[in-house]
Amino acid sequence: MKAFLNKYSHWVMLFPFLACFVLFILLPVLASALLSFTKFDSVSWPQLVWLKNYIDIFTADKIFFQKVLPNTITYALIVGPGGYILSFLLAWVLAQLGKTLRTVLAIIIYSPSMLGSVALATIWSVLFSGDKGGYLNSVLISLGVMNEPVAWLTSSETLLPIMIFVAMWSSMGVGFLAMLSGVLNVDRELYEAAYLDGVKNRFQEIIYVTIPSMRPQMLFGAVMALVGTFNSPGLGVMLSGSNPTPGYGGQLIINHIDDYGFLRYEMGYASALCVVLLIFVWLSSRGAYKLFEDKD
Amino acid sequence: MKKKKGLLKFYIILTPVILVMLLPLVYVIFHAFKSTNELNAYPPQFITLHPTLDNFKRLFLLDSQSVTPVSSYLVNSVLIALAVTFLAVLISLSAGYVLSKKNFRGKKGILAANQTALMFVPVAVAIPRFLIIKNLGLTDNFLSQILPLIAMPVSVFLVKQFIDGVPLSLIEAARIDGASEFLILFKIVMPIVMPALATVAILAFQSAWNSVEASQYFISDEGIKSFAYYLSSVSANTASLSAQGVSAAASLILIVPGIVLFIILQARVLNTVAHSGIK
Repeated sequence: MKAFLNKYSHWVMLFPFLACFVLFILLPVLASALLSFTKFDSVSWPQLVWLKNYIDIFTADKIFFQKVLPNTITYALIVGPGGYILSFLLAWVLAQLGKTLRTVLAIIIYSPSMLGSVALATIWSVLFSGDKGGYLNSVLISLGVMNEPVAWLTSSETLLPIMIFVAMWSSMGVGFLAMLSGVLNVDRELYEAAYLDGVKNRFQEIIYVTIPSMRPQMLFGAVMALVGTFNSPGLGVMLSGSNPTPGYGGQLIINHIDDYGFLRYEMGYASALCVVLLIFVWLSSRGAYKLFEDKD
Repeated sequence: MKKKKGLLKFYIILTPVILVMLLPLVYVIFHAFKSTNELNAYPPQFITLHPTLDNFKRLFLLDSQSVTPVSSYLVNSVLIALAVTFLAVLISLSAGYVLSKKNFRGKKGILAANQTALMFVPVAVAIPRFLIIKNLGLTDNFLSQILPLIAMPVSVFLVKQFIDGVPLSLIEAARIDGASEFLILFKIVMPIVMPALATVAILAFQSAWNSVEASQYFISDEGIKSFAYYLSSVSANTASLSAQGVSAAASLILIVPGIVLFIILQARVLNTVAHSGIK
């Protein structure tokens, strides 16, 4: 028995991870793909409807086209690349500082990324509270910027910008730390060599030396930024206090999935939306790989 | 002199950023310790002049009248976070070791699958996860809050990258001395990869401590739901200002442990993510 265990130790050691991976990651993705071709209310057996759900998404779902899709694209384009570029720039600036200060600032910048959507929503809903006792409202009123309090979180115009701001605020996570150590580990001699080759300023230095020599960390950061973009699912719903969000102003594809899956129990349709989302994430990450993969 | 001038420029760029990052957190801390009077003050004050524990008392006392006391949610969350952290570290360590140092059929496929799963978005598959939990008979079971969280592709990836840097000769020497594979893993590899395990612990703790998914979808028994879920249900109606104080107190409980853990472990985390590159 002992000899057997030792001979197949690699499978024994791999098994717990593999089992959970298959059960809670691989299988759900496959099941999503299969369910997306069915009509399913979670009680009776799924009925095959082939591509009907997908056709409905792109032809019949008005809210998806007028609200959810534009919201999601705006949100993803700003929070994804925006948060990523901000992470890199902050990492680069921090790397120029002394060790103690750098560590303290890194902790401050990283901290918001540790908050889940619940803590995020609680903090910011206090700050953006819609009556005149809300902190932002009272500051703006006392500065004379406006006269009447604004219902920041329940107005369909201000909810999305606030969600984007909060998501950016909390986007400096493990990818940011990876890029920070990436910048710190760039070989000093490369910079000297580059100046001999005609690099003239800090900006050129970043483009021609820093980024190329930390490509692997840049790629890891990009993948983390991508995942992070869709990882605060409840944000808009919790900030505004309702799903659907007021006037669908902060409705992202994830909330749309929740709405159909768990409020209306149209799980086949919701699964098709999931597949659309997963394909979108996968394509974007292919883009990141193309950009940073080792070309040699 | 030139060097100092260069740094000044960075301070000017950094100061507003750091303020924006820090102030909301400071505000919640102040808010949590405000008395009802100060919460009702108009215009609202940033700084708390007379800190009290009223909000915390109210958080724990008010709800002792309801069916499920707040302390019950808190205890559940502590148990969930400890279990998820311990199990995630254990399985990421063993999987990371095997995927780094062993050669066997299927390894390439598993590595590729894990790397693809780095971009996995858990919320996108809430529905099939719900069905799987249901079919495993885990609805209303405490385990439904633990098991879905312990397979972390990112953790396995980080541990594997870190173990790649451990010389094979060290492991072979132990093997020649007759050490079993399990002994090698726990006695030789584990002490060396402690920084990576600290990182995994932080990431796992963070995802478990903040998790609402299971309480929301898999569980109807209030007695086993998580603290984060409880907070999401009270903060949904923070209309009154005194309720804001209570939810600030509650969110402080949700925020502080993770940040403290990170402050303790940050040097190890930075050491780990230096190996994080995807090639």
